Amino acid sequence: MTSQTARLAAAALAALLAGAAAQAEIAPSDVAIADGALETPVADAPGDAERGKAWYADRGLGNCMTCHQNAALPEISFQGDVAPPLDGVGARYSEAELRAIVVNSKEVFGEQTFMPAFYRIDGLKIVRKESVGKPILDAQQVEDVVAYLKTLTD
Amino acid sequence: MNRYALGVGAAAMVVGAAALADPNTDVALEIDGVAIKTIAASAHADNPIGDTLISGWHYRNDETRALQLDDFDNPAFLAVELGRELWEAADGASGKSCADCHGGIDGFAGLRANMPKWSEAAGRPLTLEQWINWSRKEHQGAEPWKWESEQMLGMTAAIAVESRGMPMDVQTDGPMAEWFEKGRDLYYTRTGQLDFACASCHEANSGMMLRADHLSQGHLNGFPTYRLKWQGIGSIHRRLKGCVQDTRAEPYAVGSDELVALELYVSWRGEGLDIEAPAVRQ
Ligand code: HEC
Ligand code: HEC
Repeated sequence: MTSQTARLAAAALAALLAGAAAQAEIAPSDVAIADGALETPVADAPGDAERGKAWYADRGLGNCMTCHQNAALPEISFQGDVAPPLDGVGARYSEAELRAIVVNSKEVFGEQTFMPAFYRIDGLKIVRKESVGKPILDAQQVEDVVAYLKTLTD
Repeated sequence: MNRYALGVGAAAMVVGAAALADPNTDVALEIDGVAIKTIAASAHADNPIGDTLISGWHYRNDETRALQLDDFDNPAFLAVELGRELWEAADGASGKSCADCHGGIDGFAGLRANMPKWSEAAGRPLTLEQWINWSRKEHQGAEPWKWESEQMLGMTAAIAVESRGMPMDVQTDGPMAEWFEKGRDLYYTRTGQLDFACASCHEANSGMMLRADHLSQGHLNGFPTYRLKWQGIGSIHRRLKGCVQDTRAEPYAVGSDELVALELYVSWRGEGLDIEAPAVRQ
């Protein structure tokens, strides 16, 4: 192998590896939920359940306890009851289904559901200025929350 | 179905608040010997709420409810007192008071229950605030009061209390019809980043807990209302604007056509209930 072909081969290999690792983030408008499931993660890094728990409880982010009860978080008082409790939800649904629910509940439960779509920017009306074009959770936060939901197995 | 039933028991153990979830309908509101209908049959068969209307008073806790039973305990009565003083006070280029033209404020009994009301002169419905400012300008030659000012809240509270125990009764036909339709559209329009409509909270989920908030049917019969959270009395439009803002929307402005239309439509949904203003809420 000449030094030139060796360099070329190395460059090609590097490009291939980079392509595989940096599986690009999927923008909210490009998400394609099929049959109530979303197999492909929306972020390029895997979700982190500990962080997901924090986003779940953050009033400005997931704020999930406003509607759902969750026995795994007894430290949160006044959990709402307008939605089904999330105990055991990690065992009831696959990861792809949980991701679809968090990303866009409307495509899973129907347009009339009370649950907000956390990773959607289209079709909303008179959104406050600072939130225009921004989903409620960013791509990594979605994956983190999904990772947390997977821990709710009983 | 199964899934839901399974989860409830476990969750109820950690979350005491869930026990509050039904409005307390075993209590009755009577003030100074006047019985006020806070639970009533809907006046309209096509009211989407259904047959039974329940005022927000029944969804509040015992302490908050108690504040409304006696006017001496009701913190909104400071505003009522101010309104009654302003009723007698000369103002503007005319040098006249409201009383000089209208006589006793009790002459306005029933007025609050008809708001918003069509104005031939303006060619549109006006809210009580807008009627007051129109009369200040036209008859008194006085400057308008700001919507959420002490004076405006005082005057609307003093006028409203004269309608206490009288049924909500707004015009929705004739020239009001298009405002009514607009109000209904807005009631079912989802807004903001959270994508909720009024109906999401007050129709589909009334009686449920949204965190620590017990969702009522969202009636207007208690306004202007003293809110503990505001540490003061506030108008209908302040409340509606706040609800829209909570959807993470750019809310409609106080006094806007949108909120006038919503006020009309939501008042119609409450027909059957009596005026209980000034109410006290969390
Ligand atoms: C404003 C209310 C609301 C909020 C906030 C909310 N949800 Fe939901 N959620 C619902 C409702 C209502 C349903 C039931 C679906 C339906 O009936 O439309 C639901 C269903 C679900 C389900 C399926 C549960 C089952 O047993 O079928 C999951 C999982 C879920 N939500 C997760 C979340 C997470 C995670 C968050 C926060 C990031 C969240 N929800 C925030 C209202 C809400
Ligand atoms: C995200 C949930 C939510 C939405 C959306 C919402 N509200 Fe509310 N609203 C509340 C809560 C919580 C309260 C306080 C508790 C109660 O009385 O229901 C409230 C209170 C009210 C009250 C006062 C009731 C009383 O007795 O004092 C009225 C009136 C009202 N809402 C009307 C509306 C209208 C009209 C809209 C739409 C423009 C709307 N709400 C949208 C949550 C909401």
